[in-house]
Amino acid sequence: MKADRSSVAQQASAPLEVVSLVSLGQHPVSGRLRRAEQDARALELCLALERQSAPGAVSLSAWHASGSEIAPGSEQDQALRGYLGMGLESLTLVTPNAPGADPLKTVDSSLKAVDSLKAADQPVIDVWPLLVTRLKQAAPQLVVCGGQGETGEGSGLLPHLLAESLGWPLVEGIVAIESCDGAHLTALQALPRGQRRRLRVKLPALVSVDSAASAARQSAFAQARRGELSTLASGELVHDAQAETFGVAPARKRPKRLKRIKATSARDRFKAAAAKAEGGGGKRLEGVSAEEGAAEILKLLREEGVLR
Amino acid sequence: MTIPVDPHASERESLPRRDPRLEQQARNRLHPQHLIALQALGRGAAAPQERWMGPQGVMRRDPHVGHFIAANGRKRIDRSGRSGPAAAGAGQPAVVAKARVLPLVEIASPAFLIAVVPDMTGGRLSSHDRDVLGLARQIADADPAHQGAVLAVTFGTLREDGDAADSVGLGAAGADRWLHFADTLHDGYAPLAQLAELEAIDTRLAPRLWLLPESRTGGGERGRRLGARLLCQGDALARPSGNAYQLDGELAAIGRGELAEVNVTGRSGNGQQDLTRPLTRIVLCEAECAEPVEDVRHAALPLEWEAASTAHAVPDVIEDLGLVAVDPSAIALGEAEFILSAGNGIRDWDGFHRAASLLGATEGASRVAVDDGFMPRARQVGATGTWVTARVYVAVGISGAIQHLQGIQRCDKVVAINTDGGCDMVKRADLSVIGDAGAILASLCQQLEAERSAGSDASVAGQVPAAASASSSTSSATLAADAA
Repeated sequence: MKADRSSVAQQASAPLEVVSLVSLGQHPVSGRLRRAEQDARALELCLALERQSAPGAVSLSAWHASGSEIAPGSEQDQALRGYLGMGLESLTLVTPNAPGADPLKTVDSSLKAVDSLKAADQPVIDVWPLLVTRLKQAAPQLVVCGGQGETGEGSGLLPHLLAESLGWPLVEGIVAIESCDGAHLTALQALPRGQRRRLRVKLPALVSVDSAASAARQSAFAQARRGELSTLASGELVHDAQAETFGVAPARKRPKRLKRIKATSARDRFKAAAAKAEGGGGKRLEGVSAEEGAAEILKLLREEGVLR
Repeated sequence: MTIPVDPHASERESLPRRDPRLEQQARNRLHPQHLIALQALGRGAAAPQERWMGPQGVMRRDPHVGHFIAANGRKRIDRSGRSGPAAAGAGQPAVVAKARVLPLVEIASPAFLIAVVPDMTGGRLSSHDRDVLGLARQIADADPAHQGAVLAVTFGTLREDGDAADSVGLGAAGADRWLHFADTLHDGYAPLAQLAELEAIDTRLAPRLWLLPESRTGGGERGRRLGARLLCQGDALARPSGNAYQLDGELAAIGRGELAEVNVTGRSGNGQQDLTRPLTRIVLCEAECAEPVEDVRHAALPLEWEAASTAHAVPDVIEDLGLVAVDPSAIALGEAEFILSAGNGIRDWDGFHRAASLLGATEGASRVAVDDGFMPRARQVGATGTWVTARVYVAVGISGAIQHLQGIQRCDKVVAINTDGGCDMVKRADLSVIGDAGAILASLCQQLEAERSAGSDASVAGQVPAAASASSSTSSATLAADAA
């Protein structure tokens, strides 16, 4: 990403408030908790924005919403410290009000709309109302998060629900923030087939990041130990009654689709089995000049719309 | 001379009478009266008939006709119908390979609607879209007495991909009704305008179910936006079921409105768990969730849609500044859309690289070109290199080894430039130009440069009508009605 210092807000008096929402991730093979892949990329995007703008122009904070407090030294604590190791001084835990009276203290929690689904009878906590309350209070200009959670349902709904409740615009699949001038954000969005699109979004806005964004830096162990996890209570505890009824099973391997044989006679079956890869009926230009051939190729490329 | 009157003549004529002597003469090809007997039996004089309906209503076949002498001098029966009396037109009409006309299914008054929003990547139905439409079809047809209709909602510019009656091929994919928003706004990124349209459809037509393909920037995003909007309005049933790939239970219950009777199974966010839940109104379907529709054609009737005008009332908070020129060489070969690939037939490598940069194509190579050191190993296309999925693949000087052809199996259009007209790549290609690769590439570059220098002058004038059509007050709905 190119540093574009001129376009980034420079007034030290009103720094751009950026919040990165992070969640607990899960390693796909070992199943251990870790920093989530997409959320780490989102944090990396924020750190890159901070680096490319003038010192003090961006004030970055990272939030994790959780149904309960997280005990120091626990697996959740270790996983969240993975984000601190990327160069953060502190991470805010957004928890419901009156955590002492909460009977659900032992519940693991993650950022995404549905909580840990390891046992069907465990209560599941909806965290987005907490975040809505907290975001309304803090009123940051930009919120950056991953597109889909790795623990729990991972429905990818959270950014949409936040955008809908706050009335902010949401753009998905952002790979780079080009400039941010306090009122508008210019960013690149990833499209399929490696294409990019430039978008201009009015702030305050939500931005979600997927795996096309640049990879997160390595987490430094000492920085992770040094960083601080501070708890901040806001909003009421909300149960996700729907998600509590979900049946959860280890992912079953999906069968490959079989080639359906529609031949009615032995000859057709043989032909289908012995068929060579032939386009069949392709246009063939022989004995034409190079100019004619090139013109025909250009015509096809233009019909397919690959020439820009 | 008087002719004796036969009182039973009419009765006798109606009875089929066999003449065993005549039949014997017709069977015996060596009989002097053979041809006359054949003619008398009405089996054609020029050549004996291969098949005929016997008197008992059984198809009879003459094994002595319809054969040919093969290269080894032996008699062979040709079952393809390409030669012999059938093809010559002596017997029954020749079997012609014709475009199959699928039977049309029309559902005049559907009991309910299933809405599908196909992605229409590049203006065409993808195989993922067809699978989702197939699933919608299964649900709509679950109860024949209470049949529903499938409504397809499409956005932006579409490409012709079917016949006159079914221009985009939605009918053949299983759609009964069709709602198209042709505004050029939807060719870019207009999630809020699309959300407003989908919300209006949900309110006015109240489809039982929304089915969307689970894809990164298409159906997945639309479905989640719609779900979040409806959830925040208090519709708990609108919570999207993501990554869904299976429906269990009696599908006919969906038509009756009893969604809870059916369970939907989908992957969780990390793909490690399967979540089974009661069916919700919005389902984001994975690829291969159902078999696509085959063998029938549905009507895909364009719906009359009152101008919602919501699309223009949406606040302008997300602005699309257009596509960014991406360095083609930075795109991974496996996901590149347009590949210019070089093989052993290339002599002028500078010319090839220049053509690739002018065309904006990602460079690929055959194994030989890589082995000879002209291209890096990461650019090798084929079974031993990268399996590519390009929409357009231009093979320059590649004869088409089987490993290479395997690697380009999933490409849509293949263009071959080769000096050898008999090579396998030319057989595979949709367009092949037989000639010197260097000269053709040079001519290609020349024509492109000439057009671009001419186009840069005209582009100023060309932008005016485009801007006018984008900002015109004609609503997208009336455009859809015109399309009908």
